[in-house]
Amino acid sequence: MDRTMQLGVNRAPDEVRGFSVAAGLVGLRRVMTLCWMASAAFGRSLAVSGAIWLVGPGLGVVPRAMEGVRNLAARQRELALRWSGVEIPGPPGPLPPVPEGASGAAARYRWIMSDPQTRREWVWVLVDPLAGAFFAFFPLALILSGVWGVFLAFFGVPLSVEWDGLWYQFIPIEGQATAVLAGVLGVLQLPLALWVAPRAVRRHALYTRSMLAPSESELMASRIQHLATTRSDAVDTQMAEIRRIERDLHDGAQARLVAMGMTLDAAEHLLETNPEAVRALLIEARESSSKALEELRDLVRGIHPPVLADRGLADAVRALAMVCPVRTEVHVDLPGRPEMPVESAAYFAISEILTNVAKHSGADRAWIDIRYDRGMLRITVTDDGQGGADVSRGTGLRGIERRLATFDGVLAVNSPVNGPTMVTMELPCVLPSPKTTSS
Amino acid sequence: MRIALAEDHFLLRDGLIRLLGAYGHEVVAAVDNGTELLDALIEQQPDVAVVDVRLPPTFTDEGLRAVLAARERVPDLPVLLLSQYVEPLYARELLAGGGRGVGYMLKDRVTNGGHFLDSIRRVAEGGTAMDPEVISKLLVRKERDEAVGSLSEREREVLEWVAQGRSNAGIAQGLFISEKAVAKHIGNIFTKLGLLPTDGDNRRVLAVLAYLDQ
Repeated sequence: MDRTMQLGVNRAPDEVRGFSVAAGLVGLRRVMTLCWMASAAFGRSLAVSGAIWLVGPGLGVVPRAMEGVRNLAARQRELALRWSGVEIPGPPGPLPPVPEGASGAAARYRWIMSDPQTRREWVWVLVDPLAGAFFAFFPLALILSGVWGVFLAFFGVPLSVEWDGLWYQFIPIEGQATAVLAGVLGVLQLPLALWVAPRAVRRHALYTRSMLAPSESELMASRIQHLATTRSDAVDTQMAEIRRIERDLHDGAQARLVAMGMTLDAAEHLLETNPEAVRALLIEARESSSKALEELRDLVRGIHPPVLADRGLADAVRALAMVCPVRTEVHVDLPGRPEMPVESAAYFAISEILTNVAKHSGADRAWIDIRYDRGMLRITVTDDGQGGADVSRGTGLRGIERRLATFDGVLAVNSPVNGPTMVTMELPCVLPSPKTTSS
Repeated sequence: MRIALAEDHFLLRDGLIRLLGAYGHEVVAAVDNGTELLDALIEQQPDVAVVDVRLPPTFTDEGLRAVLAARERVPDLPVLLLSQYVEPLYARELLAGGGRGVGYMLKDRVTNGGHFLDSIRRVAEGGTAMDPEVISKLLVRKERDEAVGSLSEREREVLEWVAQGRSNAGIAQGLFISEKAVAKHIGNIFTKLGLLPTDGDNRRVLAVLAYLDQ
């Protein structure tokens, strides 16, 4: 699935507004789909109810029937978002596991009730054939009734005689005049139906949300779950980072300083007897010191690059682009500097992605775009390489995703085979100081 | 030479004053922050300024900004920047004005006194002195650029040394080839980078710019 699609919020690509015949017809087509789905819901509610009472040893077909309900609910969510811009938070995960050794109708019932989302979907599928169908069928009923009115204008009088009196809505059809009145009323209902249909689609979406959306406390619970996971990830990453720094210092600068001390010690002993050897040792000591400095520099660069501290994200990314083996263009539009942790996370994410581009993509060019939009730092890195990058396979991308998650950031990769690859990142942040801008 | 010095670390500043004194140079100003540096550079107009990039009050790139501001007022004022880190981005900003009389080196190069003094002298004379680390960083990228990409392995090596600000003799010594061979390589480099003989002495600087800048 193209995950970049998930990043947009509050947009209904196909929502129809206002009044026009075309919009009304689209609305009518949609309510017909919804009617059809309500009947599907009826079928599935029968399946679940039947499965609960089915005589048999285990839970058997209930989970499978609920799976069908869940798919139908997912489809409804999708339509609500696409047609009306109504976002219904989806199921938090797969269906709950079936407990070992559970059997009988009571166990089946308990299984459904044990998970709030499953319970909600079950109630929904029972109610939808009535309530959902009501919203969906209302515009169609107007059409049918309108057509009936027109029909009565022509054949109402004989029919009334035949049936011993006939009413069209509030009009008793007693003669040609009232029959024509019924026809006029019926004709008037047709545009009304066109006006009502798109609104019925929207009402239906709102009703579906009220049935399917998790409660505040459930959303809060899943939020807490998310925070706990990202926090423990953050702690793990930080610990791993500290360990790496410790190891680098131990194997690098520290070892070199020890070696330097020994070299100087040896030089001291040889000072009287062999001045020529002392010269060589001193040169060695100096080389050791410059190597140690070099390693310390690399280490600091890995912790917090000086150019990032000095100049902020824009110039730091330009500096990255300058030394990237792939020709890289950088566009930055930031009115200020994000907080340091966000800046740093964004910087290292870009750095990692550029490294990936240089190593794996085979690209000739890359483009980095950084902008700030309504509380969101948006970064896209595009390359013209061979594509086929996959978050689930690359540990690098997975690592970036985890690190961004600490800041509630998200990563989306769109990388079809044969390219191009586009990595999009979004980090919520505020820009506190609009004074430093260098874009 | 009359030298201005900006370094916030007391020990290093003291050490530099002593080192420069030992080689017979006069330190006309020794300051420890960016604001005073700018004033000192404009007032004293030293033969060369030796400046630490990171200075108070912001402890960011104060030194670089002071130097760039001073060079706007006193064009081609020779400056040698010292830093704990070398950033190719800063090197490019320094060179943007034409690259006459600028140097950018790691602080620890100071420990090699002779070489360090050599760099100061070259900068004072209007040359360039770039740290090998800046150049090696940019090398990765430059391999993809056409003009520089057309250089042979050896020519690129020679250009790298030119960029550091070495003389032909110095390059010959460093690469273990004859001075004549160096001259020939440099000639080839000029041709491949499209630098005409009429550009005169400045060709070396231009070659370096072609190398460092896109």
